Amino acid sequence: MPDYDPEIPVLLTTVDKVVNWARRSSIWPVTFGLACCAIEMMAMSASRYDIARFGAEVFRGSPRQSDLMIVAGRLSRKMAPVLRRIYDQMPEPKYVISMGACASVGGVFDNYAIVQGVDQVVPVDVFVPGCPPRPESLIYGIVQLQKKIDRTKVFA
Amino acid sequence: MSDATDILEILSRAVPQVRLESVETGDGMPTIYVPLEHLVETCFALRDTPELRFAFLVDLLPVDYLPREPRFEIVYLMASLGMAGFGQTARRLRVKVRVPGGDEVLVPSVSSVWPAAGWSEREAYDLFGIHFSGHPDMRRILMPDDWEGYPLRKDYPVQIKMAVKTYEPLQVSQEQFVANIEADRERARND
Repeated sequence: MPDYDPEIPVLLTTVDKVVNWARRSSIWPVTFGLACCAIEMMAMSASRYDIARFGAEVFRGSPRQSDLMIVAGRLSRKMAPVLRRIYDQMPEPKYVISMGACASVGGVFDNYAIVQGVDQVVPVDVFVPGCPPRPESLIYGIVQLQKKIDRTKVFA
Repeated sequence: MSDATDILEILSRAVPQVRLESVETGDGMPTIYVPLEHLVETCFALRDTPELRFAFLVDLLPVDYLPREPRFEIVYLMASLGMAGFGQTARRLRVKVRVPGGDEVLVPSVSSVWPAAGWSEREAYDLFGIHFSGHPDMRRILMPDDWEGYPLRKDYPVQIKMAVKTYEPLQVSQEQFVANIEADRERARND
């Protein structure tokens, strides 16, 4: 016979679990479409693929309200300081998805003007391959990011 | 009378001191070479002669023929609208100048003739390193301001191994942060 009243709604868990659950269930991306990948990113957020199922549908216009930066498209050298500045303005914890071949390794733009991989500018959590990646691929990338967030220790 | 000879005849009447050279091109578009030193006066004549009235500069683009000397050519594409006050017939013209290479490539600016040339000339400066004398605002337009070299020259490497410039990360000190908020409040009070 338990010595507590089972009618009281109490749920026991660890702080890690509940914090990670909150973080991974509401990944708000900052709007950062640079090229054609952004079209697939928009398709992902629209009703057909509906990223709201994974809690990441709220694209914010301000980096101050965002958790995730999806670098969607080729990053030129002139844009690199802007990308870095927006990343710096995002509050912790923050994550970066490098979307598509151009953002990840420069893609077909192997020339003087394009940064050969955004990992030279910001730390990248998930690389999504494709040119451009289909919305499903990007959703898969976000799910991978959710798994990564789940593995983190909040109080390490 | 073909368009090219027609234009050439009217133009040589307007600027008799300039040695003009008409060339045949594959696309049949009238094409005239103008000496570099007479470029601006010829352009004024092209714009202002009543029978011509090339009032619209369509595009301005440099070409780099590297081993050749003179190294550069600048192509001016212009159109006469052929409407009231803007020429008798609608027609197009391609004007070219030969520009020698060297440490400083200097070309007279035609932005005094067509203000629309301003940005095209900035682009030519940005990507080919051609300076336009008399241009009101000669600085880079596409590449970062501190970029070294001129990317569309034939002797510029396609791939460059160079660290990406991200400049300094955004760091606001505590005092600066407080001062910003104070300034905002002050402004809100005054509004």
